[in-house]
This record gives sequence, structure tokens and C-alpha cells, in this order.
Amino acid sequence: MSADVVSSPVQLDDEYLDEQSRLEKLVGPEWARLLRGIVTNPLSVAGLIILAGFVLMAVFAPVLAPPINENWDSKIIPRDGFSAEPKPPGTPWERNKPNTIPFWYGITGNDDWVHLFGTTSGQYDIWYGVIWGSRTALFVGTLVVTSSAIIGILIGSTAGFYGGWVDETLMRLVEIFIAFPFLVAALILASILVPIFGRSIWPASIALIAFGWTGYARLLRGDILSTKERDYVQAAQASGARDIHLILRHILPNAIYPTLVVLSLDMGAIVLSFAALSFLGIGVQEGYADWGQIVSFARSWILTLDKHWYIIVFPGIALLLYGMGWNLVGDALRDILDPKMRGR
Amino acid sequence: MTAYIIRRLLVLPIILIGVTLLIFAMLQVLGPVERSALYVRDIPHSETALDAVIRRYGLDQPFYKQYWYWLVGRVDPETGETVGGVLRGELGYSRTGREPVVDTLKRRIPMTVELAIWSMIPIVFIGIWLGIKAALNHNKWPDQLARVVAILGYSFPTFVFGLLVLLVFYARLGWFPPGRLSTEFSQEILKPGFVNYTQMVSIDSLLNLRFDIFLDSLRHLILPVVTLSYLSWALLLKVTRSSMLEALRQDYVTTARAKGLSEKVVVNRHVRKNALIPVATIAGTTVAALLNGVVITETIFNLPGIGSAAAAAALSLDVLTMLGFALFTAALFILVNLVVDIMYGVLDPRVRLE
Repeated sequence: MSADVVSSPVQLDDEYLDEQSRLEKLVGPEWARLLRGIVTNPLSVAGLIILAGFVLMAVFAPVLAPPINENWDSKIIPRDGFSAEPKPPGTPWERNKPNTIPFWYGITGNDDWVHLFGTTSGQYDIWYGVIWGSRTALFVGTLVVTSSAIIGILIGSTAGFYGGWVDETLMRLVEIFIAFPFLVAALILASILVPIFGRSIWPASIALIAFGWTGYARLLRGDILSTKERDYVQAAQASGARDIHLILRHILPNAIYPTLVVLSLDMGAIVLSFAALSFLGIGVQEGYADWGQIVSFARSWILTLDKHWYIIVFPGIALLLYGMGWNLVGDALRDILDPKMRGR
Repeated sequence: MTAYIIRRLLVLPIILIGVTLLIFAMLQVLGPVERSALYVRDIPHSETALDAVIRRYGLDQPFYKQYWYWLVGRVDPETGETVGGVLRGELGYSRTGREPVVDTLKRRIPMTVELAIWSMIPIVFIGIWLGIKAALNHNKWPDQLARVVAILGYSFPTFVFGLLVLLVFYARLGWFPPGRLSTEFSQEILKPGFVNYTQMVSIDSLLNLRFDIFLDSLRHLILPVVTLSYLSWALLLKVTRSSMLEALRQDYVTTARAKGLSEKVVVNRHVRKNALIPVATIAGTTVAALLNGVVITETIFNLPGIGSAAAAAALSLDVLTMLGFALFTAALFILVNLVVDIMYGVLDPRVRLE
């Protein structure tokens, strides 16, 4: 269904048409429209640039914020002593500083390591935490979103495809899980899991997965209910296709698009929820390179935030931009996939 | 319509059983020793005393029996009284509060309700008003502004936002302090002359005609209210905008315009009424956003509500207090969603016919 090809005037040069059809041949018309939409919509381009920035930051973390030596666990923020008073950006780094100076360091105007973004109480270096925090964000986001999407898709497609009592049972199960506000439920489950898993990324991640799959299940069920009535599915069924083949080959690929929107929005939202749990103290251990965990240090400095602004501003900007990147892409995807917006 | 409501009500017991089972399952993660806090204020230290408590309250019995005891209570074999039972309002003892969980909840609910009531004002006015403005000026500057506000609202983590407004408006400018009241007034409301009708300071001070206290409480409420509600402004703004745009494209709008009605009449009579129906349905989502938000907001602004109690309980792994909070929020949320579903059926004739 390529409305733009039909409506485009004939004088379009062959090269353009060639390229367009090549893309369509490669990924199919719907995906081609989607990919074209994403790279032409200015908002989603802005989102993609922001996200690319975070990926680069994660990839080049060892260059941007070198661990203090080869045996250092890179997820742990190095600390410059133990004093409780946070230090402002630009304070010289006394103890435990990285033993290499990267090539780009000259542009900061320093010959030796300083705390570029300052330190928190306990002297954890904020620059290191913000840079390596991008790895935590991308890892947790991908892990939680993929896991909850898989669970949700399995349950949703089973319910939608088989209908009847299977559908009733599974949907009641979903309703039980959505009876709790998401963050409240995740907070409670995570704190119950802390004694079992210890302070790490796991309690919060598992809790977010346990209550995060319901959206996908409901969405996919609805999509499948409408898709399975289509003629081509009926035809495949009549010609003896097995259930699993029907679902994987004919139904899912056509029902999956709205899920993509939620998937991209969730990639941001889940990381913000994870950070909120970290901020409340139910998450990673102190000193772990995680944006929410760094901000949580500010809780002891509420009355003097004007002096200690750097504890919240730098990791806060990272969180805001990360959430915004995914929201911009997700919003654009929604507009592209909305049938009412087609051809506008 | 009646069939629709009946169907909705029939599902309700299943959901309630499921929700309580889920909460009880989480409780099972604790050992029988910790679970004895359901019945006794202080868990005994000696082994024999512990065993006695566990046997006395049936904490070593099979899962389904324990679930039943937990739900409706159990006759204490020694005293003959019925003990426990969440349906009887017995949620066990809070380790952090050193009191029954129910008492903690009761004492702290007014603060949270007060915060929620004040939050509704900007949510409804800013969200809906800006949403309508944006749709009527599609792709012009009010619309672009609305889009930016919405995306920023979605992307800002509540705790970062709350700390930033504290940084600017309290630490830097000194306008709006955290806490519930200034020191001089927090003594005042405890004096016998001041009657606490609702336990909500901003409302009680009005009822006592103490406008100085009222203004002071508003000064303390502004930042938490904005922090708690901006996410919901963004949500409502977005839904109102797209719903208005959708309604503006309908045939009956074209007809109304073709009849020569002024744009004002078209919008007021034909568009707005229909556009606001879907908006009513996100009331459930708004309540969820507020319940999620109070945990963070009350913690940052140091307000004595149930959200900060839950956060404190989570930090010290006080499971009974948290599960009490979970039960309360789930019950409230189920109720709101039920009301919203029924309201939607009443408002929108298309739903009734299904």
C-alpha cells in the first residue's frame, strides 16, 4: 500500500523510484514507509541523534572516562577519598585517579585529572558515573524491554489467537497485574527481592519485567483479534497451515507495528523508572555507575542544593535527554503508523 | 448498558482474589519468623517463644490455609479472639512505624489526599485548556508549544524535576520551602483553639478562618503539586489535543460549518463535547500517575503522606507496611477504573451497544 508512489507525479526521475523500490523489495512496503518516515521527520531525527550520542558514549566509555587501572571493575565509580562534603566541578583529583590521560583531555584545559563534574558525598566522581551510566541505562533498558515484550507477546498472541476461555483466563491475569500502579508495584517487588539478589541491577530489573509485560499483552491481543479475521489469514488457515505457522508467518508480522511504538517509548520510560527506584534506594549498590543512584546522593543535601547543584544537574540532564530521545522516536513512529495520518 | 455494568461487576471478585493472592504470594518470600509480625508487635528472640508464635497463628500451615487466615483472620486458640485478617483491616505491625500498619496509613492518608486534590486543579485546567488551544491552532505556535511541553513532561524523571525546582525556588530564591508548614505555624495547629476537621492543613486553616496559615500551607504545597502533576498535564494535553483534532475532522463538523454556524458555536457545541469523552477515560491513568508520583514527591519534599511512608518502608525492607500500601493503592485503583468504565459507557453510546 504505497499511496505516495501512486500519487507522485510521473516526472520523478527513475533513480529515485529505483531506490524506493529497492528499499521496498528489501524490507517490504510497510517497513520501507516506516524507515523513510523515521529519517525524514525532524523530531525523530533529533531523537535518533540524541540516542546515537548515548550509544557512542557507551561504546567509548573507556576512552572518555578510563577506569583507574586495568583490573578495575568498570561499573564501579572510583572515589577520591571518603569525605562527606561533595566537591564542585574542577576540583583536582587526589587519590585513585585514572593512570592514563586520554588524548582529548587537553580541551578541558587541564594537564592532570580533575573532577570534571565534581564529586558526590563519599567522593564518587560524577563524570565517570555519568559516562558509564549510559552503559547501565542501555543494558537495563534493553534487558527489561526485551524480556517484558517477549512475555507480553507470548501471552497476548496466545490469548488473541485462541480466544474463548484461554483468552478470558489470560486477560484476567493481566487485569490482576494492572490493578497496581506500575512504579508502586515495582518498588514493592524490588524491595522484597533485594534480600535474595543483594543490591545489584537485578531486583529492580526483575520487578520492572514482572509488572511491565501487561501493556504488550493487551496491545498484541487486540491487534491479533482484528488481524486474524483478515482474508489472507482465513485463506492460510483453510489451506491447512499450522497454528504456530499462522501466528509467526501471517499474524504477528502484520500485528506488530503498534507494539513497536510502545517498545520505543518504553526503552526510555523503563530507564526512568529504574532510575526512580535507584533514587529511592532500591536498586544498585552505592557507587555503581547509574544515573539515578548518583542523584540519590542529593537527598542528603536538599537544604544546600544551590551549592551542590552538580549532583543533580549532570546525571539529571543525562536522564532527561535519554528519555527524550526515545520519546521523540516513539512519537514519530506513532504518527507514521497511524492510519489516519497516512499521506499527510 | 445494564448488562455491561453487571459483566464488569462480575469480574470484580476474580480481580480482588487475584490481587490479594499476588500480595500474599509476595508475603511468602518472607520466612515464618518475619511473617509473625502480622500478629505480634515485637517478634520474640528466643527460639521456643518463636515456635509458639508460629504454631499459635498457623504460620507453618499449607499455603491455602494461611491465605485464608491472612484474608479473614483466625481464632486465637489461647484467647478465643479473632486475630488478623486483612478484610477486617488488620494488616499487621509496621517495623519502621512501630505501630499497626493500618494506623500508619490512616494518619498519613490526609496529606496524600490533600496533595492529590490540589494537583487536580492544574491537571484539568492546564492540560485540557492547552490541549484545546493546541488543536484549534494545529501546527501553529500554541500547538508547537504544547508538543514541547508534552515531550518534556514525559521525559523528565519526577525526582530530577522535583530536586531541580527545589534547587531553583528554595535553595536559590528561597520562595517555597519544603515540608508541610513553617515552624511557627506547625506549633499553632496543635493548639486547642485550632480544630483539625480533615487533617488537611490547607483546608482546616480555611475552616478555622486562619488565612495566614492557609497562605503558608499553600506556599509549601506549590512545588510538590507542580512536581506531582506535570506528568499528568502532559498526558491530558496530549489526549485532549489528538481527540480534538479527531473530532474536528468529523463529517458533522463540516456540516455544521456548511450551515454557516460561527466557528465558536461549532467548537463549543459540536467539537468540544465529543472530544472530551475519551479524555474522561484517562482518569484511571491519571490516578495511577498520581499514586506513582506521591512516593517520589513526598520523599523529596519531606511530606508526611503514605507515599513517603512506602518509600521509607521499602528502604528498610519493611514488607508489611509496603504490602499494606499496595493493598490500599490497588483497591483505590480498581475502584477508580470501575467508575471510569461505567462512566464511559454512560457518556459514549457506542460502548453501550457492544
